[in-house]
Amino acid sequence: MADTNLYAVTALFRTPDQIIAAAKGVKEAGYTRYDVHTPYPVHGMDKAMGLPETKLGFVTLAAGIMGAVGMISFASWVAAVDYPQVIGGKPYWSWPAFVPVTYEIAVLLAVLLTVGAMIAFFFKFPNISHPLHDTPYMKAVSSDAYGVAVRADDPKFDEKEVRDLLKRLGGEVSPVEFSEEFRTFRPRLFEPRFLLLLAGVALVSAGGGYVTWNKLMFMPPFDWMMMQPKAKPQTVSTFYADGFGMRLPVSGTVARGFTLYPYTITDRADSVGALMVNPLVPTATVLSRGKQKYLTYCSPCHGNAGRGDSRMNGQFPNPPTLHSDKVRQWPDGALFHVMTVGQNVMPSYQYQISREDRWAVVHYVRTLQRALNAQESDLQ
Amino acid sequence: MNHHDTTLVPNNELPAGAVRTGWILTALGAALAVLSYLTDGHRAAFNHLIGFTFLASVSVGGLFFVALEYIAGAVWSTPFRRLSEFLAGLLPVTLLFGLPLIPQLHTLFHWSHADAVAADPILQAKAPYLNETFFIVRFAVVLGLWSLFAWLFRRNSMKQDADRDQRHTTTNIKLAAAFIPLFAVTVSVFSMDWLMSLEPHWFSTIFGIYYFTGTAITALAVVTYAMVSLSERGYFFAGVREDHYYSFGALLFGLLSFWAYIAFSQFMLIWYANLPEENFWFIARWQNGWEWVSIALVVLHFWLPYFMLVSRPSKMNTGNLKRSAALLVAVHFLDLYWLAMPTYSKTPVFGYHELAFPLLAVGIVIAGLAVQMKRYNSVPVGDPKLQRGIDFTL
Repeated sequence: MADTNLYAVTALFRTPDQIIAAAKGVKEAGYTRYDVHTPYPVHGMDKAMGLPETKLGFVTLAAGIMGAVGMISFASWVAAVDYPQVIGGKPYWSWPAFVPVTYEIAVLLAVLLTVGAMIAFFFKFPNISHPLHDTPYMKAVSSDAYGVAVRADDPKFDEKEVRDLLKRLGGEVSPVEFSEEFRTFRPRLFEPRFLLLLAGVALVSAGGGYVTWNKLMFMPPFDWMMMQPKAKPQTVSTFYADGFGMRLPVSGTVARGFTLYPYTITDRADSVGALMVNPLVPTATVLSRGKQKYLTYCSPCHGNAGRGDSRMNGQFPNPPTLHSDKVRQWPDGALFHVMTVGQNVMPSYQYQISREDRWAVVHYVRTLQRALNAQESDLQ
Repeated sequence: MNHHDTTLVPNNELPAGAVRTGWILTALGAALAVLSYLTDGHRAAFNHLIGFTFLASVSVGGLFFVALEYIAGAVWSTPFRRLSEFLAGLLPVTLLFGLPLIPQLHTLFHWSHADAVAADPILQAKAPYLNETFFIVRFAVVLGLWSLFAWLFRRNSMKQDADRDQRHTTTNIKLAAAFIPLFAVTVSVFSMDWLMSLEPHWFSTIFGIYYFTGTAITALAVVTYAMVSLSERGYFFAGVREDHYYSFGALLFGLLSFWAYIAFSQFMLIWYANLPEENFWFIARWQNGWEWVSIALVVLHFWLPYFMLVSRPSKMNTGNLKRSAALLVAVHFLDLYWLAMPTYSKTPVFGYHELAFPLLAVGIVIAGLAVQMKRYNSVPVGDPKLQRGIDFTL
C-alpha cells in the first residue's frame, strides 16, 4: 500500500472473453481483493474468479421454511383454535385450504429475506457510497466495457506489478483514487430533499390508494363484480311477482336445528320454566361456551359477575342482580325463558344466541350464583 | 469464444449392455403381455392402456422438447437434441402399440356401450364427442399429426448433418411455432380421450395440463438419464460439463414442481367445491387401499425428487441426476396406474399383469434408441447452435 490515497488500479476490456481471461489472470496472480464489473452478467464469471458457492441459498431455504411453517401454524391456529367456523361443511382444520397461502408466504418471505440479506450482508448496508461511483471507469463498465479493479488494500498489492499484469492481459489501465467528495461525504438522513421525497411518496401512495379503493373500484368497468343478476336483500326485485328481493320461508317449514319456542313474554317465567329441563350437562366445555356467550351478550348490562353493576350502570334502567333469592330459586327453564323472550326492557336474545348456547349460559349463571353464595360444604 | 474441448463423438452405438437390456425387456414384456391377454383380457387391456399412454408420454414429450428448443432458441440442449428426436421417432411405434386397443374400446370405456348411454342423460349429452367413430378419428388425427411433425423436424435436422445449411434451423423454428399451439390442443384431446373418459361422468378442466406435465417430465427424465449415462462413457463430445448437467437438473426440478402445482390445483378445487359430479373421482382414489397409492404418488412424484434435486450441487451430481431421472420415469407409471386402474378395480391390484406392459414399454424405448443411435448421428453435427451449446456456461 504505497499510496494511501489510491483506492484501486482498474483496467477496461472490450470483449467478454478478454474479461474472463483477465479475471482468471488476476486470480492466478494471487490477488484476493479485486472485483469485476460488467454491463450484464457474463456467463462463467464465477468459475473464472474462483468464487465459492454463495451462501445466499441457505438464507433463502431457511426463510422459505420459516414462512411455510409460520403460515401453516398461523392458519391452523386461526381456523381451528381461535376462531373456528364451519366453512363449506368442512372440518375446522382443513389443511388443503391452507396450502396456497402457505406456499405464497414461503415464497414471499424467501424473496424478501434473500434480498434483505443481500443488502445487509453483501452490500454492507447502510454504506451507500463507493469510491468507484461517478468515475469514468464505472461509466464505461455500465455501458460498453468490461472492467477489473484490483484494490490497493490487497495484501499482495504493488501498483507497478498490478499495472503490468493488467496491461499484459490486454486492458486499458487507469488508477482510481479516493475522491475528495467521497472522503467528506456523510449520508444524512434528515436532508430536506430526502424528507421531501419521503413525504411525496407517502402522499402519492395514500392518494392513489384512496382513489383506487374508494372511487375507481365503484366505476365501470371495475364495478362489474357488483352488478350480478341476483336478488339482493332490501331491494325491489323484478324477478319475483310480489316485488320483494327477500323471500319468506315456505310456510309450514322449519330451518334445520331450529325448534319453535312455544311460550311468549306474557307467560310467567317461573311457571313455564318449571316445564323445561336443561338438556346440557355442565361440563367444562359447556361452561366455557356459556361464559363466552354471557360475556358477549349479557355482561354489558348484567355485569361480569351478574350483579347488575356493569359500565352501562345509570344509562339504562339497572337490571336487578342475578343473585337475588328469587332468581336463585327459579328453575333453569325460567332463566332460559327470559333469555328467549325477554322481560321488561330486556329484549329477546333468541336470534343472537342459539338454543344450545342459551342453555349453556344458564349453566354459567348457575356457576356465578354458586360462586357468590358459597356454602361451608363447597370448601370440602 | 473460449473453446472447450470439443472433440465430437457422433455416430455411436449404445453400449452393448444397454442394447441387450432393451431387447430382453422388450421380449420379456411382450411374452408377459401375451400371457396377460390370454389369462385376463380385461385386466390386460387396462395395463395395455397404461403402457400405451406411457409410450405416448415419452415420444410426444420428446417431440415437445425438440419444438421447445427451436422456439425458445435454447443452445444448452442442442448437443443432446438427438435424444429428444429419437424419442419423437417412437411416435409411429406408439401408434402401432395403441392400435390393438381400438377393438377393445368396449372393455375400457363405459361410454362406448350404447345401452349405458341410452339410460344416462349425462352420457347422452356427451355423446356427440364421446362416440366410437369420433374417438377413432381423433386417435388417428392426433397420433398422425404428432408423427407428421416428428418426421418433419427429424428430416430437416438430419439433412442439416450432411449439408450444414442454416435454413433447416429456420424451417424448424417455423414448424415449432405451428406445432406448439397444436400440441396444446392435441395433448389435451389425447389425455381426455384415453385417460379422463375412463370415468365419463367426471369433470376436470385441468386434466390436459396434468397429463402434459407428466409427458414433459417423463421425456426429459428419459433424455436426462440417457444423456448423463452416455456422457459418462464419453458420448456426444469430450468434456460434457456441470453446466450441461445442471441445466437438465434444473429443468427437471422446475417441471416436477410444476407437476405438484397442477396436481394440487386439480385436487384442491375439486375438494373445495365438493360437487358430487367431480369429487367421486378423488373419493375412489382415497379408499380401499387406493389412499396408499395416492400418498405414494405425492411422496415419490414430488417430495422425494424435490429434495433430491433442490440444491445446486445435487443438480450437477451425475449419480444423483440418474437416480432422480430413473425415479421420475418409474413414478410416471405409478401416475398412469393411479389415473387408469381405479376404473378397473376397487382396490389396488399388482401382479405380473401390471409388470408386463411397463417392461415392454421401457424395452421399446431402449431398443428404439439403440436402433436410431446406430442409424443416425448422435449429435446434430450440422446445427449452427452446436458450438454454442458445447461452450455453454451457466
